[in-house]
Amino acid sequence: MRENKGDILLLENPCRFAIEVRGVSRIYGASSERVTALGGVFVSIRENEFFTLLGPSGCGKTTLLRLIAGFDFPTEGEILLHGQDIAPLPPFKRPVNTVFQNYALFPHMTVAQNIAFGLEMLGKPKDEIRARVDEMLKLVHMEQMRDRYTGQISGGQQQRVALARALAPQPKVLLLDEPLSALDYKLRKEMQIELKRLQSETGITFIFVTHDQEEALTMSDRIAVMSAGRIHQVGTAREIYDRPADRFVADFIGETNFLQATVVGTANDRATVRLASGEILDAGLPERFKPQGEVTVVIRPEHAQLFADDGEESGIKGVLENVVYFGTDTHYHVRLGGGDIFIVRRQNTRTSVDVLEPGVPVGIRLGSDAALVLRD
Amino acid sequence: MAERFDIKRQVGFSTVAMICFFLLYLPIATLVVYAFNAGTSIAIWEGFSLRWFRQAWNNQQVIDASLRSLQIASAAAIIATILATMAAIATTRTARYRGLSLKYSFINLPLMIPEIVCAVALLILFSRIKIWTGYSGLGYLIIAHTAFCIPFAYLPIRARLESMDLALERAAADLYATPLQAFRRVSLPLLWPGIIAGLMLAFVISLDNVVITEFVKSGGQDTLPTYMLGQLRRVVTPEMNAISTVFLLLSLGIVTIFFFISRHKN
Repeated sequence: MRENKGDILLLENPCRFAIEVRGVSRIYGASSERVTALGGVFVSIRENEFFTLLGPSGCGKTTLLRLIAGFDFPTEGEILLHGQDIAPLPPFKRPVNTVFQNYALFPHMTVAQNIAFGLEMLGKPKDEIRARVDEMLKLVHMEQMRDRYTGQISGGQQQRVALARALAPQPKVLLLDEPLSALDYKLRKEMQIELKRLQSETGITFIFVTHDQEEALTMSDRIAVMSAGRIHQVGTAREIYDRPADRFVADFIGETNFLQATVVGTANDRATVRLASGEILDAGLPERFKPQGEVTVVIRPEHAQLFADDGEESGIKGVLENVVYFGTDTHYHVRLGGGDIFIVRRQNTRTSVDVLEPGVPVGIRLGSDAALVLRD
Repeated sequence: MAERFDIKRQVGFSTVAMICFFLLYLPIATLVVYAFNAGTSIAIWEGFSLRWFRQAWNNQQVIDASLRSLQIASAAAIIATILATMAAIATTRTARYRGLSLKYSFINLPLMIPEIVCAVALLILFSRIKIWTGYSGLGYLIIAHTAFCIPFAYLPIRARLESMDLALERAAADLYATPLQAFRRVSLPLLWPGIIAGLMLAFVISLDNVVITEFVKSGGQDTLPTYMLGQLRRVVTPEMNAISTVFLLLSLGIVTIFFFISRHKN
């Protein structure tokens, strides 16, 4: 049973990137009906980083994960692991482990046997395997369950076993394919914290795939936002939320108001625009972007404030249409002069009162950096 | 109608059901009962006795035929199951392509071909080979039985493979298992119930075969069913009933084990 796995990639010169994806495409199907799952993606993932691939289903995030794991091979491009191309290697030669969406635990093995599997395949000595399994069981708080079969434990426990099994061989990179999607809300919150803890305790690079923006924002060191087989933006949660690179990112992450406007002038990284309703606004610009003509202005609902329009203060004017109470905050839907709906969010306190009734004329006050003009 | 339609309440339902069961099992019950007849008739009851079981047990021809049957069925079932397992893996663990369903049909075709056609074809082929090689052992019967057992072994194994999560094999590969190790440590243990089911089904089918065996066998190669067929042409005594009863119990036993294994996997 023991085979020499000496041909598993040994990493001589660690470089500062754990994974570098260079111009990777994955195209399915014959020439007549080709489907591009990934179109020339470049991304570098640092060592010891919690990196998230975020996007709607079908955006290519799972395809990219499968290419890194070795379950699929790129049509073109390179995938470097610490500087060495792993794209042509089969999965069992890559020092990379996966936590599968449905865990894929071996049902004919106990919890301990599942965790030991990778180590056994690597041909580690028995006592080392035993010690490592104990250590892993402790790490995920599953010592009591070591001799249970995987069908005899709960979904959350299976999740922990799947993590322990993938971490046991000490991979260079751990891949997580929407591992929390099968859990209920409470457990998911718990596991988010647990995953962060495991990542910092083990110091292993985590690549986490999700379509849940909240999960991505709260857990990740950096996030890559993907759609239609390409990466729109890579950055920290704050960068992606506050400085979205384009309209897709702004739309996908959080709630956003989109307003049609015309550029009046640009200077440095600012633009002056005229809204459809006639108001003039000062808006920030992404780097190296000089827009002209028709553009879209984005404003986050929480970066705007509402006031009763008594004609004294200037600002964007409209009529309050709807007030929606969410517990933590309240959303005010304002119909603007141009016909667009603009949402303003206000954080609630125990004593906050809604003084504004639907139907009254209101104005919207913006901070100096609230508005951004984005690429479409 | 306020009441839900219930087939069991239809007029004559229980009568028809009783008649069906009666017709199905009365002949078998009669056969089993007369196996214990003290007299020599298979129609006139003359008291209880185990003499026909004793007689069959001491009949060298019956023993030979039984052993031969078991030998052929074991060999054919094992070979057929191995081939069927490989076929099942090849047809389920591959990307779908044109012609795949044609392959399914080819594997299962022996179920559809009239047995007599198959028997005649094998008779002609094997008689040629006998002339060329001079070999006239049990090999021909084993090959013939293997051929018609393959689809019976294939079906439960394929069903098992199709219900198995592909992610398990992927997980094994992800955890450094070579394809061979992944098969031995993960796929095979999970496939066992299907393989055992296929093996036993093939065994029973082979044990029971008359037509093809009758055509393919050489002199002195009677299996239990062909021996019984031969005996029935002469004098019929309750010895036949006794042999049939043992045969029935053996088949029932195997089917029962098969049932428990397939229930266990769910």
